Amino acid sequence: MLKIHNLHAKVEDKTILKGLSLEIKPGEVHAIMGPNGAGKSTLGYVLSGRDGYEVIDGQVELGGKDLLELETEERAREGLFLAFQYPVEIPGVSNMEFMKESVNAMREARGEEPLSAAEFLKKAKEACKQVHLPLDFLKRGVNEGFSGGEKKRNEIMQMILLEPKLCILDESDSGLDIDALQVVADGVNSQRSPERSFIVVTHYQRLLDYIKPDFVHILADGKIVKSGDASLALEVEKEGYAWLGGKAQEADA
Amino acid sequence: MSEQIEQALSRKYEAGFVSDIESETFAAGLDEEVIRKISAMKNEPQWLLEWRLKAFESWQKMEEPEWAHLHYAKIDYQAISYYSAPKSMKDKPKSLDEVDPELLRTYEKLGIPLYEQQMLAGVAVDAVFDSVSVVTTFREKLEEAGVIFCPISEAVHRFPDLVKKYLGTVVPRSDNYFAALNSAVFTDGSFVYIPKGVRSPMELSTYFRINEQNTGQFERTLIIADEGSYVSYLEGCTAPQRDENQLHAAVVELVALDNAKIKYSTVQNWYPGDENGKGGIYNFVTKRGICHTNAHISWTQVETGSAITWKYPSCILKGDNSVGEFYSVALARGKQQADTGTKMIHLGKNTKSTIISKGISAGDANNAYRGLVQMGPNADGARNFTQCDSLLIGDQCGAHTFPYIESRNPSAIVEHEATTSKVSDEQLFLCQQRGLNAEKAVSMIVNGFCKEVFKELPMEFAVEAGKLLEISLEGSVG
Ligand SMILES: Nc1ncnc2c1ncn2[C@@H]1O[C@H](COP(=O)(O)OP(=O)(O)O)[C@@H](O)[C@H]1O
Ligand SMILES: [Mg+2]
Repeated sequence: MLKIHNLHAKVEDKTILKGLSLEIKPGEVHAIMGPNGAGKSTLGYVLSGRDGYEVIDGQVELGGKDLLELETEERAREGLFLAFQYPVEIPGVSNMEFMKESVNAMREARGEEPLSAAEFLKKAKEACKQVHLPLDFLKRGVNEGFSGGEKKRNEIMQMILLEPKLCILDESDSGLDIDALQVVADGVNSQRSPERSFIVVTHYQRLLDYIKPDFVHILADGKIVKSGDASLALEVEKEGYAWLGGKAQEADA
Repeated sequence: MSEQIEQALSRKYEAGFVSDIESETFAAGLDEEVIRKISAMKNEPQWLLEWRLKAFESWQKMEEPEWAHLHYAKIDYQAISYYSAPKSMKDKPKSLDEVDPELLRTYEKLGIPLYEQQMLAGVAVDAVFDSVSVVTTFREKLEEAGVIFCPISEAVHRFPDLVKKYLGTVVPRSDNYFAALNSAVFTDGSFVYIPKGVRSPMELSTYFRINEQNTGQFERTLIIADEGSYVSYLEGCTAPQRDENQLHAAVVELVALDNAKIKYSTVQNWYPGDENGKGGIYNFVTKRGICHTNAHISWTQVETGSAITWKYPSCILKGDNSVGEFYSVALARGKQQADTGTKMIHLGKNTKSTIISKGISAGDANNAYRGLVQMGPNADGARNFTQCDSLLIGDQCGAHTFPYIESRNPSAIVEHEATTSKVSDEQLFLCQQRGLNAEKAVSMIVNGFCKEVFKELPMEFAVEAGKLLEISLEGSVG
């Protein structure tokens, strides 16, 4: 599904990813943990092709294609989805409108007919209910005046509607109370399938009680410094990142 | 030729206050003689000729205004021809193959049918079947309701009392430089009269005047809504229009008598010129309405074209409890310059006005909002709410807001809100991450920004306006 080899990337002359490698097979859930500033969000941006995030070395393949060759929107249409750590507002553009354009852009890329307004509305309502947002959120401007938790649930709703191949969730759990956390986790779990893979970026082991990862990686100073199974997350929870050695601590400072 | 078309054509001819001289184009220059000739060609009554001459006299004493936030080379008014005949068939492009492919591409994107494309591009076509029959049924329905909708040159002859009574009462002959010029040399435009208590059975659209050639660069429109009547009037069309004449100075006057409502919507998309702004239209418009007791005038405009736009649709709220509204989207891109806004003059008690202005600038463009809210001494309990938002696309463009408030009544309330925002990288990235290309993303963000104004437009106009913005913004993100 996704193969990252020796990825180096910089933002504004600052090298942030320094030789990151990671391989994800279809159906797998990989959790990425790590201190603040380690480069977790940067990884999501680099993979999705955000302007200003420049790859200086390494290769990335998604479903056998050279991901780095593709434009941002082409990567999205290849099935790469990023749930943002800080979702941005688009005033006046309704969630409905936005999602319909988006869903149909993906369908077009797959050579499918666009959904009619009625078909789309039906799906959107279901997705909206699934993340426990009132239906009037479909009519409201994208993230406009949403609370932090509502924004995160809105991201999950979009993920459900877009049916991506690879979902990158960037701290979709931070700032959520336990009920909202459950909703987000349920949303993710409902989408797990043998074809779909996840990268779950989180600070907290508790999310992984709900979303069971196949692998846990520690990202520090722009590299994966340790990988393991779910028990690694428990260790981090107990011990912090200090035991991982100098590099990880530096990034934390 | 079918009978129907023949009829339609001959009807126009019957109306015919059109003499043979019309096939000539005047030499450049403006003096009394030119004005007499214009008037003579239209067989105008003496009073109108005198009216024009007085306007000309005032104009000569006036100075071209320089206060607008606009920069352009001085216009040489003696280098313009003030009457030009419709182009003869043989001078016109023979087919769409001879028309600027860029223009055709835009027509296609807007989904404009072929025959309309030909008309808009000025291709020599003999008769336009669909549109002629549409026009005929449209006219019949209006006549049944007693609604008058005809060229103002025709109204001068058919309804002289109405024209004489109202012409120049809202925008006086010597109101401003461009209005005075228009009053002296106006060629044609629309005349509308809605009788007492009548609700116009359909939206009146200048679209139905599409095959009336050459309303000209000095258009004059007069709309009178008699007591308790209602009319919605649509001006312009979304297709980019080219014109040989660079200078346009139109005047629109609205009269809403007691309890009447006029809704006036404009989509203006004159040619903005090439990438250097060359060949673009200069659009200097004076639009004003007067509201009598309980009357209501609502201006909605979407401005995307022209090299230069200078335009302030205004309301004089003379009658008690009258309401004025102004909803505007002005887009300026490339080398375009727009200076638009409104004036709300509150004279009566409990008069209300709302101003929602959305300015979008992209490329090197400059967009200025200029608004005046005036509360007269008798405007007890009057209220105004103004919201003025600017959206910038890119780093080279500018937005300027000039709100003027003059209150001479302590009980009047004036509220003003202004914001400036940018289409942010984060917003673009979100859209692109969701599979939309940058152009689609910008157009969506811009449409969202304009939503409050678009919802005031008649449905099909709103959809077209959205598409128009999308096309207009093409290439404004790198
Ligand atoms: N646009 C930017 N300009 C400069 N530095 C940046 C930019 N974006 C991120 N960084 C820096 O890159 C590092 C990694 O950031 P980030 O990927 O957000 O970390 P994490 O998500 O792991 O907390 C931090 O030191 C941060 O300050
Ligand atoms: Mg982060």
